[in-house]
Amino acid sequence: METLLQVLLDGMLNGMLYALVAVGLCLIWGVMDVINFAHGEYLMIAMYVSYWLGFLLKVDPLISLIAGGIFIFILGAMTYWLIIRYTIGKPPLSALLATFGLAMLLKNLCLNQFSPNFRILSGTWLGDKTFQLGFLIVPVPQLVTAIVALVIVGLIYGMTKSTRFGWAVQATALDKEAAELMGINTERIYFLIFGIGGATVGIAGGLMPTYLAVHPEVGTMFSLIAFVCVAMGGFGSIPGALVAALLIGIVEALSGFYIAPVFKYVAVFGLYLALVFLRPKGIFGW
Amino acid sequence: MTLLEVREVTKKFGALVANDKVSFTVDPGTIVGLIGPNGAGKTTLFNCISGLYAISAGRIFFDGTEITGLPSFRIARLGAVRTFQVVRPLKEMTVFDNVLVGAFLQGAGNARARATAEECIRICNLTEYADKPAGDLPIGGKKRLELARALATGPKLLMLDEVMAGLTSTEVKGAMEVIHDIRRKGITLLIVEHIMEAIMPIADKVVVLDGGIKIAEGPPDRIIDDERVISAYLGTKFSRRLQARREESKHA
Amino acid sequence: MNHRALKRKDLFWLALVVLLALMPAVSAVATNTFLMHVLILILLFSAMAQTWNIIGGYGGQTSFGHSVFFGIGAYGAGMAVVTYGLSPWPGIGIGMVAAAAVAVLISYPCFKLSGHYFAIATFAIVEIFHRMFLVWYWVGGALGLDYPVVEQGLKNFMWYDTKTGYYYGALALFVLVFGIVRFLESHRFGYYLRAVREGQETAESLGVNSQAIKLTAMALSAALAAMCGAFFGQYNLRVDPSMVMSLDMSMKFVLVTILGGAGTLAGPLLGAAVLIPLQEYTRALWGGLGGGVDLIVFGVLIIIIVIKQPAGISGMVRDIAKHIERRRAAAKGGTSIDAP
Repeated sequence: METLLQVLLDGMLNGMLYALVAVGLCLIWGVMDVINFAHGEYLMIAMYVSYWLGFLLKVDPLISLIAGGIFIFILGAMTYWLIIRYTIGKPPLSALLATFGLAMLLKNLCLNQFSPNFRILSGTWLGDKTFQLGFLIVPVPQLVTAIVALVIVGLIYGMTKSTRFGWAVQATALDKEAAELMGINTERIYFLIFGIGGATVGIAGGLMPTYLAVHPEVGTMFSLIAFVCVAMGGFGSIPGALVAALLIGIVEALSGFYIAPVFKYVAVFGLYLALVFLRPKGIFGW
Repeated sequence: MTLLEVREVTKKFGALVANDKVSFTVDPGTIVGLIGPNGAGKTTLFNCISGLYAISAGRIFFDGTEITGLPSFRIARLGAVRTFQVVRPLKEMTVFDNVLVGAFLQGAGNARARATAEECIRICNLTEYADKPAGDLPIGGKKRLELARALATGPKLLMLDEVMAGLTSTEVKGAMEVIHDIRRKGITLLIVEHIMEAIMPIADKVVVLDGGIKIAEGPPDRIIDDERVISAYLGTKFSRRLQARREESKHA
Repeated sequence: MNHRALKRKDLFWLALVVLLALMPAVSAVATNTFLMHVLILILLFSAMAQTWNIIGGYGGQTSFGHSVFFGIGAYGAGMAVVTYGLSPWPGIGIGMVAAAAVAVLISYPCFKLSGHYFAIATFAIVEIFHRMFLVWYWVGGALGLDYPVVEQGLKNFMWYDTKTGYYYGALALFVLVFGIVRFLESHRFGYYLRAVREGQETAESLGVNSQAIKLTAMALSAALAAMCGAFFGQYNLRVDPSMVMSLDMSMKFVLVTILGGAGTLAGPLLGAAVLIPLQEYTRALWGGLGGGVDLIVFGVLIIIIVIKQPAGISGMVRDIAKHIERRRAAAKGGTSIDAP
């Protein structure tokens, strides 16, 4: 029983990280109907930013997450301006394929510059700290990530639901041409959405070198998990992505612990397929 | 022996009843018009007959077999083929290839299908566009393409959903001639149409829907005198005009 | 399209095949191992892309799952040789049947999904297969299968001295796959497949059983992809999950086709003829520069082609041909009207 609860806690904390990674993808998908294949590579780059700031300048990841957010905001906005802008109105897969090219570019750029070695920061503020909560052991870095995730996901959701910018975003998502007729600069909305979507994953990447090794391939799996989160949650639904991320985290932890670690992703993707076959548009989709 | 029998067909969308116990029959070799105001449930009924929608209650028979609940491709294979009111060209394929897809229903043979397609394209006056992508046709051309494609399948019953809506009056005349040609080939027609002047002279029988319910069924002559039809749909003035035209043609 | 134009195109393909068949007779080609290697890969990847083109291009169902079928084929041949000490041929046959069966089983529910949901489901399927094969002892697990040295020749489909044997094998594969697609393209099945892509409900209203058409196309595509996989294993003398059954391999099917021009017969060949030499030569040129440079160049290229030429290289060729024709027509007319 105690083990089960511990496994569930670990799964939920991990699920919150997935939610933080996925929320930006979800936003972009919902507003622009674009899958950004380089999303995991954004995360990887942010992790390198945070790692090098920590390694060279002794900046703690808790501070670097801001740098990660800003850096990936710029990278995301640039991706829109230089690539995505030209794929709108072209066949539906154009953006996916172009961002696959971008993912390939970023991954191999890092491989070329930083070698395929695994790197982890030591001596960070949160480090390997844990605390006891009853019989549960709570890892501090993961807990902090979960809290940050909750805040960011909440902010993004609040932004889309109750700000002027959010209304403009929703109008653009529903009907681009109508939004333009109402005087909304959709080009600017897309630009900012790509930036904000990038910033959220940048924040996640900024935090992660405390407890996860950085290497050029680290983003690939996160990309896939984020795709599954968003698709499972339902087209652009932020609460849906959050629920899906938690579900994925829990299933991953349970199957990894009770079956075998190698099967945890089999279970996660199997769960996704089972769910999507039952509800083809995801949990919260319509 | 009837070709199509619609028996007490009901179609509900949630609480909305789009068709309520509609029954009528279509005899082979005839032209039947299906008319009614906007939202009367004409296109819904078409979608039910052609298998696009699953009906909520009732039964449909075609050519001696029950087709209730059959998928639309099976119904088409039995020989009941429809066109779409909102045109649906296979955009990236040429006009010829669009019609060829229809023609393949009569058999896999390439040579025969090509000959059929060519003939249907000629009948529907599309020859000059044959090698153009269907997406590039003007609207009148797309309407004719709908007709040509359905015709190429060699149907027993051709169901036309407002093929004349949005056409100029010359184009309507052309379309009416095409419909006459089709009938001469022995093909039965069920036509949803808004343009009364187009449907009344050619129909053998007219079925009138209003609010999802059949309010009248009979030869056009009787329909234009029917009180319920006049109040629900035609309007007194329009009905008088149609009656006057009938008198004229009798004298002529 | 009229018949004479079709005939002329077939003549072009026939000439191309004859030319390719004569290539190894030129000793400068036959003795240049690297060139032979590039040619073999071009033929193989054209064939692979063409198998994807059946369902992805003509059928409009963008599957990212083709490495599963490719992998099953590779494992079929590999296990026949490595695990059971047989010739690869029975393994190839079993692999093709198994791939078609798996394709039908997974496509049946997947075809209910639309757009990105379909794409992501196929990603998930590749990951599941990849991970299952990594831990599946019977198929060799993460270590994979290493080919032993066996007697060379067609019986074992293995050659050590020269690449000529593999070259003709690849050419046969190319001719088979392109021949099948060429046949389908001009017959009922091909028209139905395109009709389903352009509008499923419309196709059904004309008597087309769209589900059956898509499943058949997927099964055929999977079986042929499995055949390509078997060739790949025989050529590399090794099969493991990351090599044959990975997202990267799936993406190659899609990329080559789309960059060449999806839904056209020539697209897969054009895509492979441009991308494969690029990949191989950049690797040879820059592969030593700390790794990754070749793939950086490749990534940039993918972005540029996708952005600049959505109809792919075949679209580019078509535009150029049109331009020339217009020029010629203008010259004939004796006037210099610039067509708008």
